[in-house]
Amino acid sequence: MEITLAHYLVLSGVLFAIGLIGVMRRKNLLMLFFATEILLNATNIGFAAIAHFHNDLTGQMFAFFIIAIAASEVAVGLGLLIVWYKRTGKIDLDIMTSMRG
Amino acid sequence: MFEAIAFYLFAALTIGMFTITVMTSQALYALTAMASGMIFISAFFFMLGADFLGVVQIIVYTGAVMALYAFGMMFFDTTRTLVEKQNNPRIIFVLGVMAATLIVFILVSPIISTNLEARYPIEAAVGNSQAIGLVLFTKFLVPFELAAVMLLVAMIAGIVLAGKKMDKSLTLMAEEEIALMSATQAPKDTEEEGAH
Repeated sequence: MEITLAHYLVLSGVLFAIGLIGVMRRKNLLMLFFATEILLNATNIGFAAIAHFHNDLTGQMFAFFIIAIAASEVAVGLGLLIVWYKRTGKIDLDIMTSMRG
Repeated sequence: MFEAIAFYLFAALTIGMFTITVMTSQALYALTAMASGMIFISAFFFMLGADFLGVVQIIVYTGAVMALYAFGMMFFDTTRTLVEKQNNPRIIFVLGVMAATLIVFILVSPIISTNLEARYPIEAAVGNSQAIGLVLFTKFLVPFELAAVMLLVAMIAGIVLAGKKMDKSLTLMAEEEIALMSATQAPKDTEEEGAH
């Protein structure tokens, strides 16, 4: 039984689905950030698998830059979240509906 | 054979951990489940021959990102149960699975249709870390520098947003104003400490 590229891509898709469900389900902003991390990790697995099975380093390079983006996203996002929490005392998405459309 | 066993084991573990992260109502459970899920993901990188990427995954995600989240959670009230009010929970699952399937199809279709050829082939004689260094500092130098600038910007933004008393700019103030501010600030601080 050999593990092929399709196995890894299916796994990547499953993890991406879990992340998407989390993004749509969560109302707490911190939990929403967790779901976005899952999305980024799922794409990383896909990139690394394609790099391995096509014998190319470009996929791993993209995975590195995605990790860098994820790190900076966490830094800025948590900073904004702390500012919002100091101002309102809650980090729920429902109280952020300031515009009445 | 062993690769198949490892793949299915770590796939089950990762999916289980991330499902806990997404579904649990306790913030601390979500944090710990995601930290372990990140480590299990690095196992896939080691299996795929991307040793350096696996090490970076452990160091950056479980070392830096998770520590940052744990640090950030100290600011928030995480002991209470999270309230997730949903009008229609089933549509979320359907939409999530459909969107992910669509994305996988979009990404896979150019691989199926054409024969891709490697631009930066992996050579067996060179180790993974060495090969990564060679390609990163020659072909991907400009994106690497841009990523460095982006991380610097993110670091400064994080400090400014999360730090205290960052609303006053010391560089734009005259010397007298700074002295006045510190003079008015100092007695207040000692009073606060005395009150505690």
